[in-house]
Amino acid sequence: MLTFLLNGETVEAEVGPTETLLDFLRDRRDLTGTKEGCNEGDCGACSVVVTGQDGIARAMNACILLMPQLSGRAVRTVEGISGPNGELHPVQRAMVDLHGAQCGFCTPGFVTTMAAAHANGATNHEEQLAGNLCRCTGYAPIIRAAQAASTQSVPSWMEESSIEAKAPFPMPQTSDALAEWYSKNPTATLIGGATDVGLWITKRLQDLENVVFLGRCADLQQIEVTDEGLRIGAACTITQIMEAVAPLYPSFAQMLRRYGSEQVRNAATIGGNIANGSPIGDGPPALIALGAVLHLRKGDIRRAMPLEDFFIAYGQQDLQAGEFVEYVTIPKQRDTVKCYKLSKRFDQDISAVCGCFNIVVAGGSVAKARIAFGGMAGTPKRAIHVENALIGKAWNEDNMEAALLQFPQDYTPMSDMRASAGYRMQAAQNMLRRVFVESLGVPASVHEVRP
Amino acid sequence: MSVGTSAPHDAASLHVTGTARYTDDIPTPRGTLHLAFGLSTIAKGKITAMNLDAVRAAHDVVDVLTADHLPHDNDVSPSNHDEPLLAKGEVHYLGQPVFLVVAKSHLAARKAARLAQIDYDAQTPVLTIDEALAANSHFEEGPRVYAKGDAPAQLASATNRLQASFEIGGQEHFYLESHAALALPQEGGDMVVHASSQHPTEIQHKVAEALGRPMNTVRVEVRRMGGGFGGKESQGNALCVACAVVADKHRQPVKMRYDRDDDMIITGKRHEFRIDYDVGFDARGKIQAIDVTHFARCGWAQDLSLPVADRAMLHADNAYNLEHARITSHRLKTNTQSNTAFRGFGGPQGIVGIERVMDHIAHTLGLDPLTVRRENYYASQSTTQTTPYGMQVTDSIIREMTDKLEVSSDYQARRKAVADWNGKNPVLKRGIALTPVKFGISFTLTHLNQAGALVHVYQDGSIHLNHGGTEMGQGLFTKVAQVAAQCFGVPLEAVKITPTDTGKVPNTSATAASSGSDLNGMAVLDACEKIKARIATFLSQGPVVFEGGRVEFDGTTLSFAEAASQAYQNRISLSATGFYATPDVEWDRIAGHGRPFFYFAYGAAVTEVVIDTLTGENRILRADILHDCGRSLNPALDIGQIEGGYVQGAGWLTTEELVWDDKGNLKTHAPSTYKIPTASDRPEVFNVALWDGENRAETVFKSKAVGEPPFMHGISVWSALTNAISSCGESFPDIDAPATAEVVLMACQKLRA
Repeated sequence: MLTFLLNGETVEAEVGPTETLLDFLRDRRDLTGTKEGCNEGDCGACSVVVTGQDGIARAMNACILLMPQLSGRAVRTVEGISGPNGELHPVQRAMVDLHGAQCGFCTPGFVTTMAAAHANGATNHEEQLAGNLCRCTGYAPIIRAAQAASTQSVPSWMEESSIEAKAPFPMPQTSDALAEWYSKNPTATLIGGATDVGLWITKRLQDLENVVFLGRCADLQQIEVTDEGLRIGAACTITQIMEAVAPLYPSFAQMLRRYGSEQVRNAATIGGNIANGSPIGDGPPALIALGAVLHLRKGDIRRAMPLEDFFIAYGQQDLQAGEFVEYVTIPKQRDTVKCYKLSKRFDQDISAVCGCFNIVVAGGSVAKARIAFGGMAGTPKRAIHVENALIGKAWNEDNMEAALLQFPQDYTPMSDMRASAGYRMQAAQNMLRRVFVESLGVPASVHEVRP
Repeated sequence: MSVGTSAPHDAASLHVTGTARYTDDIPTPRGTLHLAFGLSTIAKGKITAMNLDAVRAAHDVVDVLTADHLPHDNDVSPSNHDEPLLAKGEVHYLGQPVFLVVAKSHLAARKAARLAQIDYDAQTPVLTIDEALAANSHFEEGPRVYAKGDAPAQLASATNRLQASFEIGGQEHFYLESHAALALPQEGGDMVVHASSQHPTEIQHKVAEALGRPMNTVRVEVRRMGGGFGGKESQGNALCVACAVVADKHRQPVKMRYDRDDDMIITGKRHEFRIDYDVGFDARGKIQAIDVTHFARCGWAQDLSLPVADRAMLHADNAYNLEHARITSHRLKTNTQSNTAFRGFGGPQGIVGIERVMDHIAHTLGLDPLTVRRENYYASQSTTQTTPYGMQVTDSIIREMTDKLEVSSDYQARRKAVADWNGKNPVLKRGIALTPVKFGISFTLTHLNQAGALVHVYQDGSIHLNHGGTEMGQGLFTKVAQVAAQCFGVPLEAVKITPTDTGKVPNTSATAASSGSDLNGMAVLDACEKIKARIATFLSQGPVVFEGGRVEFDGTTLSFAEAASQAYQNRISLSATGFYATPDVEWDRIAGHGRPFFYFAYGAAVTEVVIDTLTGENRILRADILHDCGRSLNPALDIGQIEGGYVQGAGWLTTEELVWDDKGNLKTHAPSTYKIPTASDRPEVFNVALWDGENRAETVFKSKAVGEPPFMHGISVWSALTNAISSCGESFPDIDAPATAEVVLMACQKLRA
């Protein structure tokens, strides 16, 4: 039996292990305000507000949110955004007054995402709404509405807190418990944020019976700042990591700001991002450039390795049955990392190329270089030859250009719907050129140009 | 006054509270069945064996149908009877519906649809424009040619001459609501269908054919769509017919909705084009002659491709007076999705073609492209100039609009600032462009230019409004209600807007071609005027004024409700139908001559962009748009169409890239891979203004159609990107569309090489 709060009311329901919140709302509760636009977390039409133990309202995509993940949490759908007597929430009022809805199908998702941002006092509206697609308005009136609503106070009915609830499916509360359970059930599927596993269910139509949810594993959701650096638990969300690295490695944080969308970052975990081994995940290239170490655990046996060594080949990671990512550490260092994400669309797009450069220049020459790319090989991969061509040389244009010639030694990218092989190679090389010109103070980001 | 005010969308408060009901939200009766199509996995071939045992045996499957099981017509084409609902022995594109699963749930149907074993005798598909040309794979007997003057002779003697070719990609509609339908069987074989369709009458027609019954046994209702953009003009036929056939067979309600990936794989999109041009021009950039060839990739079935390709030809001139022009159009049949209507209906491709020519001429002569555009503009208030298809252009205001926008956007100073910036910045380059739009308003199939309405006034003075147009977000219902409220002199709230229903207003045209408010507004006005005249005649021999919710006559004042009540008690009919047929249009599409359009809508846009010459990444910095809505019925809704149209047009030409592999498999079939604009892609500075004027044609309250024309303001983005890239070298940036980051980078490299 799952227990959670839905629009302020306690709901108890028998749910399947991979039943999505969207289907539950629409098919079982007749709450049809929440829409299915894509069923893969890319359009935001199904956005709802979820509040967990930390008491923070977060927008999430109901289509790839599995019911067991909601145990004890509070969910607010568009039907619960207006007041108990039908009073419109300030974002709803502004959307009406400023003509923010045309066909109206994306509108409930915008309203819930805006209400979550409003509750948190967030005013970076484009970022907050990057996960909500609208095909009618061109977004201008929606952003105007978000701005107008931001001066209004949060209605009392939006106050929410999580509740005590018994776990309906395996949900270990500690990594020790998880390690024990998983070593006994090594074929089970670990579910963190379900932003990837969700698609196995909604698109591949897989039936997953043997699952374990990491949402209550408190110690896996911690980020610790130690003398050695950062220790990031595997179940930390991208949102958590973005906040933690912003003061230390701002370029990394800027890149993570383009990882999925607000809804996706609120659910997706770094452990999932690493363990699924995607060659185009945005976490690993930056972590590799920062010299991150991956810590794996199986039962009571732990091992650690440089993150780049975890990725063996496409779809193949150095991970045994029953073994899981426990945490990742980033050694303490002066910030020299530059992260560049290249995709067809700026926001909420999968990288064609993600290049991360950690080049330390001392006394005019390159003392250290760690360079890693996503989208350039079957795995996230270091540019060893390029690094070696730079290290020990003067940091100047000639040496940089000479190092560029090493790229084909490191990578043989492929062509797909995101980019051609030729473009990937050229853009990857040009990213090193960008590092160089930016080190000279030459503007090289279209996003820093104002009209 | 109701007309001319910025009333919010009639459903706005329903939208924001999640209570606006879309087709998939309609509560379904117990026992409703759900459908999914099984799709072909190759692009061309014969089906040699089909084993559907596993599909039939799957959990919760009730029935599985193939073409052989269909009782009557197996066709969902809106035009040529060439589009079977289920494949008849052979398949023509990858994703074509082959069989139909009937199950107890949507998910069960989807799961079962993947279990088929189908063997094919695969043939080599015709996928690209070049392959279609090589195979002489055309619709119609050959290319269409529209001509004026003597382009070949004038080209031969032209002062300067340019020849080039480029490609324009298609576009996925990406309405947020995927296609959906619900069929409810009635007594005696009647059928009610709830559709997400821009064309309820077409649904009624195709469902009746499929059931082998007359149209009077089928009633289709459409309350609203979650976006249409042309993608729901004909593409919903398949779902509605499938639901109706199964509902009729099983005598149970049946629902079908496409999963997003299925929607993108099955349905047609905007036509891809290649455009070849050969243009002669003088030293000032005035075009002396032009020979343009359109190659349109139509896909496997004819659908609406002929009128789409026609409209592209009809917009090959855009706002420019071409004395000697020849326009040739190839409509190519390929083994891909059957391309269909999409906002602009071919017009955008035609306009992109001539705008590219303007930029190319300007670059060749070293002139500001705006100077060249002006050199070629249609004159204002002319009675002698004609389009290449022989229609007089008497209503042009493009010169005046350009003059005003040039000043309001500070075009000249910014053009200089762009050049200064580019001189100082080695990596980032800016570009700016002003492009005009002239768009012809009317269906080119002349008989479609008609509309009906049904208006009831009840004895309490409340008004029930119905018309043939459909609401897909454009605000049609609001505008038409404003017309009714204006006519009766009552507040807008007194008018109840009701779902489009083939049982109330018959024989409607699609809500398309931007015609919704022009046609239905007039039909509603006609109906309201009839009722008003009856009330007035009953009340007095003298003048009767309907205003402010009151009716005044002979020194007496009644509330509108009192007037309605008295009329009722005196047995005056308070219900009327209205009708409208657009006057003065006549068109011969084979000869390419006549007056296809009642009038033209105009506009112009200035866009400034910045590009990164290291990666090709680019961004719109600012857009200024001046657009002509005539005497706007609702300025807020019109501005909404302009802002939204611009961003959608910009997406088409920048990030929205459709990619097929060499087997004809669409690789960009979900929002994860097909990228429409997000909030941060809109211009940071976005100034939209309405031209202060009125339609010279006699339209409803002198307004102009607004659905499609603003889409083409997005072309200014593509032109500005061309301008930015040109700062990388001497030659002309011959970019294709969409100008993805990859296209931009490769063009920069080519100029720098």
